[in-house]
Amino acid sequence: MSTRLQTGGRLIDRSHREGFSFNGKRLTGYAGDTLASALLANDQMLVGRSFKYHRPRGFVAAGGEEPNGLVNLGKGGQFEPNQRATTTELFDGLTAESQNHWPSLEFDIGAINAKFSRFLPAGFYYKMFIHPRPLWKHVYEPFIRNSAGLGKAPQDRDSDRYEHFYAFADLVIIGGGIAGLQAALTAGQAGAKVILMEQTAHWGGRAPVDGVTIDGAPADDWIAKTVTTLEGMENVTLRTRMMGAGVYDHGYVLGYERVADHCPGLGLPRHRLWRIRAKQIITATGAIERPLSFAGNDVPGVMLASAIRDYAVNWAVSPGDRTVVVTNNDDAYRTAICLKQAGLEVPVIIDARPEASGALPEAARALGIRVETGKGIAKVLGGKRVTGVALCAQAGEGAELEQVPCDAVAMSGGWSPVVHLWSHCGGKLNWDDAQAHFRPDANRAPTSHDGLPFVISAGSANGELHAAATLGDGDAAGKTAIRALGLSATAGGVAKAEAEAEEPMTPVWIMPQGAGVKLRSKMWLDYQNDVKVSDVQLAAQEGYESVEHAKRYTTLGMATDQGKLSNINGLAVLSQSLGADIPQVGTTTFRPPYTPISMGAIAGEARGEVFQPLRRTPIHEWNDANGADFEPVGQWRRPYTYLRNGENRADAVKREVLNTRNNLGLLDASTLGKLIVKGPDAGKFLDLLYTNMMSTLKPGRCRYGLMCSENGFLMDDGVVARIDDETFLCHTTTGGADHIFAHMEEWLQTEWWDMQVYVANATEQFAQIAVVGPNARKLLEKLGGMDVSAEALPFMAWADGELAGIKVRAYRISFSGELSYEIAVPASQGRAFWDACIAAGAEFGLMPYGTEALHVMRAEKGFIMIGDETDGTVIPQDLGLNWAISKKKEDYLGKRAQQRSHMTDPKRWKLVGLETVDGSVIPDGSYGVADGINANGQRNTQGRVTSTYYSPTLDRGIAMGLVLNGPDRMGEVVEFNKVDGTTVAAKIVDPVFYDKEGEKQNV
Amino acid sequence: MSDPVSALNRVTFDGFVKVEEMGPRGMITLRGDHALPEVKNAATGVAGVNFPGQRECRVVEERGLAWMSPDELLVMVPHGEADTAVASMESDLDGTHSLAVNVSDARAVFRIIGPGAREVLAKLCPVDLSPEAFVPGTIRRTRAAQVPVAFWMVEEDVFELVCFRSVAAYVFDLLKTAAIPGSEVGYF
Amino acid sequence: MLILTCPYCGVSGEETEFHAGGEAHLKRFGPGSSDADFESYLFHRENPKGVHFERWRHVSGCGKWFHAARCTTTLEVFGTYTAQTSEPPQSIKDAITAKRPGWTWRDFA
Repeated sequence: MSTRLQTGGRLIDRSHREGFSFNGKRLTGYAGDTLASALLANDQMLVGRSFKYHRPRGFVAAGGEEPNGLVNLGKGGQFEPNQRATTTELFDGLTAESQNHWPSLEFDIGAINAKFSRFLPAGFYYKMFIHPRPLWKHVYEPFIRNSAGLGKAPQDRDSDRYEHFYAFADLVIIGGGIAGLQAALTAGQAGAKVILMEQTAHWGGRAPVDGVTIDGAPADDWIAKTVTTLEGMENVTLRTRMMGAGVYDHGYVLGYERVADHCPGLGLPRHRLWRIRAKQIITATGAIERPLSFAGNDVPGVMLASAIRDYAVNWAVSPGDRTVVVTNNDDAYRTAICLKQAGLEVPVIIDARPEASGALPEAARALGIRVETGKGIAKVLGGKRVTGVALCAQAGEGAELEQVPCDAVAMSGGWSPVVHLWSHCGGKLNWDDAQAHFRPDANRAPTSHDGLPFVISAGSANGELHAAATLGDGDAAGKTAIRALGLSATAGGVAKAEAEAEEPMTPVWIMPQGAGVKLRSKMWLDYQNDVKVSDVQLAAQEGYESVEHAKRYTTLGMATDQGKLSNINGLAVLSQSLGADIPQVGTTTFRPPYTPISMGAIAGEARGEVFQPLRRTPIHEWNDANGADFEPVGQWRRPYTYLRNGENRADAVKREVLNTRNNLGLLDASTLGKLIVKGPDAGKFLDLLYTNMMSTLKPGRCRYGLMCSENGFLMDDGVVARIDDETFLCHTTTGGADHIFAHMEEWLQTEWWDMQVYVANATEQFAQIAVVGPNARKLLEKLGGMDVSAEALPFMAWADGELAGIKVRAYRISFSGELSYEIAVPASQGRAFWDACIAAGAEFGLMPYGTEALHVMRAEKGFIMIGDETDGTVIPQDLGLNWAISKKKEDYLGKRAQQRSHMTDPKRWKLVGLETVDGSVIPDGSYGVADGINANGQRNTQGRVTSTYYSPTLDRGIAMGLVLNGPDRMGEVVEFNKVDGTTVAAKIVDPVFYDKEGEKQNV
Repeated sequence: MSDPVSALNRVTFDGFVKVEEMGPRGMITLRGDHALPEVKNAATGVAGVNFPGQRECRVVEERGLAWMSPDELLVMVPHGEADTAVASMESDLDGTHSLAVNVSDARAVFRIIGPGAREVLAKLCPVDLSPEAFVPGTIRRTRAAQVPVAFWMVEEDVFELVCFRSVAAYVFDLLKTAAIPGSEVGYF
Repeated sequence: MLILTCPYCGVSGEETEFHAGGEAHLKRFGPGSSDADFESYLFHRENPKGVHFERWRHVSGCGKWFHAARCTTTLEVFGTYTAQTSEPPQSIKDAITAKRPGWTWRDFA
């Protein structure tokens, strides 16, 4: 059983007990425990069920590479699934539940899958669920969805806060073990601005656990001293609980800081994502031990050898009373020695190598531990917990030589440098045969914006696994960084680390070497996704020879642990199956993040009120307080309509339209773009941008203009006002303001840079209030201050003046077909002007109206709208706007494109009005149906609806649409489809439904 | 005649820094070739400060000049003087290709005050805000989260930040969130 | 995420301050041009594995357009330069040659 040792535990504080609950059971641990060490201390080895077969799963590791110990952590707004117990710091009140089982962890019905494991090999999903096709929707998919996933999805909104932080440094060092600490010292002393980050809460990495001495004293001494020195250096920033999540182009590094996971409830931001730009990066990210592949290597109690000694030394937890060690290298002997010295039993060390004569094996033997060389584990005994192992000859096929009772197995297949961050931005790897691992190739480092290398690997991450070399390599990396930064290293010695010398390891990819398929189908590679040695061999057999294919076919390495314990073992098996060298087969692509990061950290502050920048006009608060039913127009919020007295939208829109046409309406049009274009060449420039001739527009007058793209399609429209000889004011659509401003700058800066034109975006300088309806002039005359008579201010003219004591510019333009003034007011007085209109307008029946009433009224008048009548494929000629296209101009944007045969084809659908025979409203998106069907079995079409509304003015449905030969077919009836498959008959009519002569707007 | 109001009417927030929306501020966009003496003189004439070099910002209380691009200047004057300042510059620049536009109301201006001000901005803007890298006298245009902004230091521990009027509430919320007590980063 | 230095305001900003604007030095063809020339202007673009010239705009910044010479595979930026030119200045070409002798791109070399 797993227990807490009476003494020891360098990271725990026995004077502080913490209470937590696991699957409803109340347990205790100590401050400094992880959830994993606390669970093990309470003999909770079984912690979950695997994804596919629902096999019992226990802890394998002690750090972020843990594949099995995943829990649903927390409650309510803090609930999060798939949290690794090994990286969850214990705090008082923590609640956790194991995952992926029903009804309980101990008795899981999903385990039935394991009985059928022979029939659920790699490629199962692809092969099984593809036929018969009809069963997919109602049988297979629901079944898969129910059994899919590990943890439970959260139900409540995340109640924590998250933020980002931008930082800039000369050197970012990722990893706070002895190599990283030394590199920080070397670089810091040379004056570099350094950020050193460590993902756990503690400095020093593996060295203290592995018994490393530095300058003759225990590693902990040097570590503490170095941390103190670094903390005193102004140019060095130290951060714990911060993981290097990814290395990106041009020195961009993400640091994932878990600010408050260990101390919830203090109102701190939970996670902070550091977005760092570094000139140089050192990855001192350590190495991860590999499992060995023997039958039953997934039974709870089988763990990485280094993890077992991590638990023993760091947290005074012994995962087993009797631990068998199985290894292909000397390092694992440290675990045996450590356990024996803690008073625990180590019945045997099983070494696959033919001999074990190094210092560590000798020390083990000296302690009385039995060492068997040339042996392996044939299989593990036990189901939910290890009860023993069966030994065999490593060179054989697995014939059992003897059984040894035990309750834990410490396995070591060697060490793989953590090369992920090195690889993220293109760093290349070399295969080191002697150590059987990939390591960074310093000659093919990632390069930055200047083409020069910007990542340096250090320590174990660089393949320098032995402590003596590790620390020195940190110094070397620091010096490489300093040189690259143009600084000079300070003189001074570097501490010397010492550890026992080690004899070479021997790669062992399958144990025993000659194991048959029965044993190989119980050798686990990927503990989360249940991928076995036999699966990878099957993939190779079936032709999935590329490591990328084999990965996806078997799902090896695709679980939340991203293959940290399985990738190398898996690709070694694949290589053997293909008869290829490991470096030839290669690795799959390493992608950030290194371990999973929260969605909250990625979003940062962007949620709730600040999820996106809402744009509000100067009238916003009044709108909000007066029943505005807002709609998004880009990032703006505009009132769709103003609801009164329990009205629904349709009622409100109807009221607004009728009131505006009969009395007086007020519209907040502030969002429309207002671009000031000035210069000797302004007219010439606008002549190129618009289809119309703008240079002939006289000061004081307005002209409606169209803008097309170079590909010929209509992209924006708006009224242009001539202010003076050299100055124009161009209105754009709301959505077009920023876009057209950018468009103008693009052409002036990148093509016509000899033209003398300046553009300024004055969109937000002015609130723009439309005063619309038969009583419009009366209201403005009551406000007083300027002459707004028909003579002084005729239709399509503008004038500067004053109204209600506020400086204004008044435009006589109309989108509704009524008598209409658009009043531009400085935004700081926009609300004041609006309020004055509301107050003075009451006697004239003034009511505000929203965007929908605006759209209905313009449709009644046959005015087009960008985005309705246009969709990126429509040209002005389609819309009957040939009058807006100057025939005199040699050139304008879109002219050449409109000369292409497709654009001049008479069969292009043209704009008409549509009136249903029965008065109903044609559905949005409806198509005009033609005879026959096409090659796809769909009905042929001869037109489509672009805008459709109920018209209160005419009390019937009206629509505009593009129809084949439309203008020549006035009076014809065409069927338009409805959503239920039937059609509605509509007559082709003039798109101007109301006041064709324009009498109401020209007064 | 009504009094002009700023976007958020001088709202304030006290977090680990103080955030204040400043009242109406006079701002003029002046387009013109900086190499031309008449352009320089027109600007310095109304602002009362020396002409700024690349990315320089010279501000004395409400008056000042900030370099925006090789042919764009931000001219600052008290709000009530903006129209007159535009007229004055237009008159000085008559015959020279240029454009002066009153954009006072198109903007919102905030002050961020306190020793934590650098950190508040560093949570939102991809700019090196360390004391070595960012000093008074520079204007930096960049983005704060999802909107374009510009900011400069008035003096140590005091920043002024300008954004478009329509997103004033968004920017204020960003600054408030970044300044919540307890969320100090401890980096600078 | 790239760093780009705007040649107009001198700011070295991260990519999110800028907006990519496609291939540089396009030759505009208007009314009177052949279908082939016009099609090429609208649609044909270089897609090199290596040296490339592109347009960028400093949108959250000074608002200016500029050109960048950049390697599409290693993301090395050889230099940024004015938008008001129809071909890269000699200094940019030299900077590229120093790193990639023998490079070509359309009719520049």
